[in-house]
Amino acid sequence: MTEVQNSTQHHIKLTEDSLQKQTTTLNLGPTHPATHGVFQNIMEIDGERVLKTVPTVGYIHRAFEKIAERRSYYQITTLTDRLNYCSAPINNMGWHMTIEKLLNIQTPKRVDYLRVIIMELSRIADHLVCNSVVAVDTGALTGFTYVFQFRERIYEIFEEVCGSRLTTNIGRVGGFERNMSPAFFSKIESFMRDFPKTMKEFETLLNRNRIFMERCIGAGPINADRALNYGFTGPNLRAAGVDYDVRVHAPYCSYDEFDFVIPTGTTGDVYDRYMVRNDEIWQSYKIIQQALEKITRLEKDAPEMKDVFYAPEADHFHLPAKEDVYSKMEALIYHFKIIMGEIAVPAGEIYHSVEGGNGELGYYLISDGGRTPYRLHFRRPCFIYYQAYPEIVENGLLSDAVITLSSLNVIAGELDA
Amino acid sequence: MTNESIQQQLTDKFGDVLSGWDTPYGMLTFSTRAAKNTEVVGYLKNELGFNFMTDLTAVHYPDRKDEELCVVYMLHNLIDNIRVRIKAYVPSAQPDIQTMVDLFSTANWLEREAYDFFGVNFVGHPNLIRIMNVDEMDYFPLRKEYEMEDPTRRDKDDEMFGRGNWQ
Repeated sequence: MTEVQNSTQHHIKLTEDSLQKQTTTLNLGPTHPATHGVFQNIMEIDGERVLKTVPTVGYIHRAFEKIAERRSYYQITTLTDRLNYCSAPINNMGWHMTIEKLLNIQTPKRVDYLRVIIMELSRIADHLVCNSVVAVDTGALTGFTYVFQFRERIYEIFEEVCGSRLTTNIGRVGGFERNMSPAFFSKIESFMRDFPKTMKEFETLLNRNRIFMERCIGAGPINADRALNYGFTGPNLRAAGVDYDVRVHAPYCSYDEFDFVIPTGTTGDVYDRYMVRNDEIWQSYKIIQQALEKITRLEKDAPEMKDVFYAPEADHFHLPAKEDVYSKMEALIYHFKIIMGEIAVPAGEIYHSVEGGNGELGYYLISDGGRTPYRLHFRRPCFIYYQAYPEIVENGLLSDAVITLSSLNVIAGELDA
Repeated sequence: MTNESIQQQLTDKFGDVLSGWDTPYGMLTFSTRAAKNTEVVGYLKNELGFNFMTDLTAVHYPDRKDEELCVVYMLHNLIDNIRVRIKAYVPSAQPDIQTMVDLFSTANWLEREAYDFFGVNFVGHPNLIRIMNVDEMDYFPLRKEYEMEDPTRRDKDDEMFGRGNWQ
């Protein structure tokens, strides 16, 4: 007690029991090399064992839901980019599909298949980041350098479609802004040719690697019951053994025509999450193959389909070609009308969800028929499952807490909106 | 299980506690009296198999007298693959509503978020503090009275950026 009293005479104010207690308070984050994003956890540790952790969120909160209430529908697409920036095209297309549902637009099959290709490519990119970073956190940097070449190749494909890489703003309501170039298809072809070899090397490096397995198995587990109660979705829920996938349960974009399986795990630990993502990469690869075949068949049966890249009903929502905007009065007027949100939308209440990289990404939109949404809420999977983090890591090792964070694939942009 | 059968079972059980039945874009939507929210959601969870809370959020309708704030719950029955949306209206003068944390752990942060942005007071919540915004904030930013900056305002000195002396 005397020590405590002495310390109060100085500037440092310690709590009553701070000198008696046998545990250490550790402030992990918000910027820490082991957290891959802006996450802060104030941990109470006993040696290497985590007794309690309190996560702080909101460091990069950007008030998207408020901003969305002042923006026209197309201007919101760029906000969705910045949610899960590891798989931005899924967010963009999910938002466009929400508007299509509101306007009751049916997209042509070719648009659906092209969207599926791009969404599955982004899922591969997202899972590659997550899995290779889990490996980095366990001490294996090599795999990361291997697969990141292919993330780069995927970004080049996005670049071919929309001109940007990370925050893509890809696609338009009803389809795409322009038709896919031959370079797009040839880049996909070369990606599909080269990717399996590297992916197999990556698997050989890690999947049955003794050190990696010892490190991951049993770390950060969650059972199916708790995971459901916590609202887990996506690979993290499937690793716990629940085969819920929005692509199957509420098919959008003609996903019901594709043949793929939902990989599941059993224990919901780091290794299961890693393996589920690993298998999903192969499933996505399979889906892209099927989509390419379907497009080829579609174009063979009906050659005029080659020029279809957006839904005709969405014509009033489709931006005119840039060269027309610069040279034709009508096109310029329409361009402004669309961008400024002067296109009539019906009033309505709508929920649409897509299977994002981390789970069910939902858009809850209330439209009052105005140029901006009355209310737009994003169901962000990361935000919902990150609240289980204290329960998962408590009574585990500090080093397990770090790999748990990366294997949950919490993306700060999606967490904080 | 269909929207109609759910509506029938809920009406039999709760009668006039529930109202405003609708199915916008295929999702069964109804309102519950705010005081009965946990009973209705608990019944849906335990008896009708809606064991997954998809979403929880709030909406502000400043023009609705004495029911300005609307708390929206979205539940999912994963076995029958069907969703419902439940709304509970509370007045902004006294926005008290029972918490769902005992039924769904999902609700913990989602209720904190709804409190942070709309000021809905979830009674019985274990830790109802702000989550995204700074603790010192003394207003609820997603309420409609807090407008964002008007892009056409003229009181700023930015005539070099095209917004100056328009008239």
